[in-house]
Amino acid sequence: MGAYALAAIPLAYFVYLFLYPLASILWVSLVLEGRLDLRPFAEIVTRSSLRAAIWFSFWQATVSTLITMVVGLPAAYVFARYRFPGKGLMRAMVTIPFVLPAVVVSSAFVALLGPSGFLGLDLRHTVWAVLIAHVFYNYAVVVRTVGGLWAHLDPRIEDAARMLGAGRLRTFREVTFPLLRPALAAAASIVFLFTFTSFGVILILGGLRYATIEVEIYRQATSFLHLGLAAALAVVQLVGLTVILFVYNRYQERRSVELGLRAAVETERKPRTRGEHAFVWGTLGFTGVFLGVPLLVLVERSFRTTSGYGLGYYRALASTAGGSLFVPPVEALRNSLGFAVVATVVAVAVGLMSASVIAYRRDWSGRTLDLLIMLPLATSAVTIGLGFIVALDRPVDLRTSPWLIPLAHSLVAVPFVVRTALPVLRSVKGRLREAAAVLGAPPARVWREIDLPIVARSALVGAGFAFAISLGEFGATAFIARPDRPTVPIAIFRLLSRPGAVNSGQAMALSTVLMVVTALSIGLIERFRVGEAGEF
Amino acid sequence: MLEARGLTVRYGAVAALDGFGLTVPDARVVSVLGPSGCGKSTLLRVIAGLEPVEAGDVLWDGGSLSHVPPHRRGFGLMFQDYSLFPHLTVADNVAFGLRMAHLKGERLRVGVAEALDRVGLRGYERRSIGNLSGGEQQRVALARALAPAPRLLMLDEPLGALDRTLRERLVGELSGLFSELGLTAVYVTHDQEEAFSLADRVVIMRAGRVAQEGVPEEVWARPADEWVARFLGFANIVDAVVTDGYAQTAWGRFPVEAAAEAPGRARRDGPARLLLRTEALVPTADGALQGLVVSRVFRGGRYRVEIQVSPDVVLQMELGAEVTPGAGERVAFAVDPAGVVVF
Repeated sequence: MGAYALAAIPLAYFVYLFLYPLASILWVSLVLEGRLDLRPFAEIVTRSSLRAAIWFSFWQATVSTLITMVVGLPAAYVFARYRFPGKGLMRAMVTIPFVLPAVVVSSAFVALLGPSGFLGLDLRHTVWAVLIAHVFYNYAVVVRTVGGLWAHLDPRIEDAARMLGAGRLRTFREVTFPLLRPALAAAASIVFLFTFTSFGVILILGGLRYATIEVEIYRQATSFLHLGLAAALAVVQLVGLTVILFVYNRYQERRSVELGLRAAVETERKPRTRGEHAFVWGTLGFTGVFLGVPLLVLVERSFRTTSGYGLGYYRALASTAGGSLFVPPVEALRNSLGFAVVATVVAVAVGLMSASVIAYRRDWSGRTLDLLIMLPLATSAVTIGLGFIVALDRPVDLRTSPWLIPLAHSLVAVPFVVRTALPVLRSVKGRLREAAAVLGAPPARVWREIDLPIVARSALVGAGFAFAISLGEFGATAFIARPDRPTVPIAIFRLLSRPGAVNSGQAMALSTVLMVVTALSIGLIERFRVGEAGEF
Repeated sequence: MLEARGLTVRYGAVAALDGFGLTVPDARVVSVLGPSGCGKSTLLRVIAGLEPVEAGDVLWDGGSLSHVPPHRRGFGLMFQDYSLFPHLTVADNVAFGLRMAHLKGERLRVGVAEALDRVGLRGYERRSIGNLSGGEQQRVALARALAPAPRLLMLDEPLGALDRTLRERLVGELSGLFSELGLTAVYVTHDQEEAFSLADRVVIMRAGRVAQEGVPEEVWARPADEWVARFLGFANIVDAVVTDGYAQTAWGRFPVEAAAEAPGRARRDGPARLLLRTEALVPTADGALQGLVVSRVFRGGRYRVEIQVSPDVVLQMELGAEVTPGAGERVAFAVDPAGVVVF
């Protein structure tokens, strides 16, 4: 009975907050005033601006993915195979852009490439700004996913190839590359997935000239109040995403093929020759500059007021003097922190319940949840927001409720909580419990001494993820945030869309604050990570 | 004293334990020796209470343990993959069993320190498990199993993951520990050298059954059957017909009057299989038995020489460095009956 209750809560959560809104989107896209109406889909086919959005989504995602893979591979190799001072810190730093909110990354690139930008050339509203921001954003995916597997590949396999007469390049092509292929495919899938549904970056850096499907859904729904068309676009995007996720899953399954993996510490070594030193430090230098400069420029801009360096923009956050917001930005910070706490509690609770069900129950309830859990990842943030708007007026009208935003955020965060907790729960399952039992621990004590401490740490990691996700969430929030209760990303977006140095300066200041808070919660993750659980 | 009677565990159609029995007297080390997959690990899990049995019983000092859960048995098990708790330090791993026995404060600290001292890991208390080498993990696992002073210690291939030199050193250390602490222990391994050097008694296990049991010297001197002989690494097993104290083979005739019989086998004339230990084949200047050297391998101080004695029989001999015929040379030898076992 207890076990079924454990499964029932997350199941109800997913049905009400995810499946029901999704079904509503499908309904809205097909049915108008009680009758089947395929005009929205016809419009997608006939209107060139919509066709362009679909094409642009695929195009920019493909190009972003290719560039990210090529640029990220050397760093993946360096982090996987070389030992150098400050490696742990560097690795954590590389992850920061990936977890930063899209609006912060966009602010940084506005500061770097904007009209009065650091580089002095205005790349805003060009595809270059979008592509560079995407590479910046997803660099960590390649370094960590590919580097993660690379670090565990037995280097002696490569040595064996060398002994058999294969040169360096040949060894890479015929041995290393095929062994890495699952990780390469996984990394490429993730990058493609993220850039395909890119929203904030395109909206802010691409301007009106460029729109992905995601941006188009948002515009159709909020600017033109054309919910049918927005829903139809969401359905089209969902189909595309399902295909991508299917490919990703296929490769993830193959990844579990026995590769004779080694501990990472066994495969890394210090650079030896001059060439190796140059390569390692060159790659690290590039990584530092590429990932560090935009963020440093962002911080610099937040302090550079019209009357020299100072805290002017930060002070202005407390007032409505700028006039572009209904409330002072500091109010947005208070909102965001409140939402993030609620979202984190909900996400960790639902996530841990789901993970326990998946780990311990091998029947239909476990398998169904396992599948359900990952679906929000396959659904874009904007789709989730749209779904909330079209569905959650029944049975109770939640659309004006303050709970709506944290619930949407928790939905995005739950998959991360589950993915961090699941491997840990599974690893605790067998041997460690037996070892504890043999040492004299009764079952309840085993749970308290073994399961709980290990799972608690992973729950903390999941909480860090959830908190960071909630703080930075933009796509769904853009739909459902009420004008008088903005979150920080919404406030930053509004400030950035107004002209003037004061608005832009406040956006930089608020982005800096958001960046610091996000980095802190991610720092928590790195601190409490058990082994390599929670790698994506 | 541990007694296991008629233990049977089946995984589908495969029997991991098939009526297996085992007795471990107090303060004795019994080694269970067998090839991988013969059911050794299952045996330990059954004794520990981690695995249910279809039939059979485990008894301690005559009382059945079938309703005693693992944590009340007071047994220690050193897992093959060590299963150290990754979220705890070295000291906390070792302290775990002591805390379960309600040790606190100074006594706990002393218990941990003693256990770590015993395995030579003083100063490792605060290290985390992930940063230990294989040998160090092995020692932590041993210290963790020993710390609560279990009434029975079980070790599942404890040295299996380690390299040869380390293994040889640890065999010596373990042997010292066992006798110093007067441990009652079951030591599972596939390595006969480990088993013979550590155990008071050896049980050879084959497909979930006892193939042979005895003190190491006896098992070595008189393997129960051909399978055990081959498992122990004996290569020369030949067909013969025994009559009036002589064995007749396709390649010659030699006396076996003084030969040993496999345990439980009565001597009688007729067809038989013979085990000829390498030391039973003695080179002579002029012998009726002859063979052609087909290979010669230096084994450090001695040579292992393979000689072809008939079209389908090749025997192995050990020869000193002074008399070493090369490949292609003929060699004459006699059979010393003291090195022969009749099956």
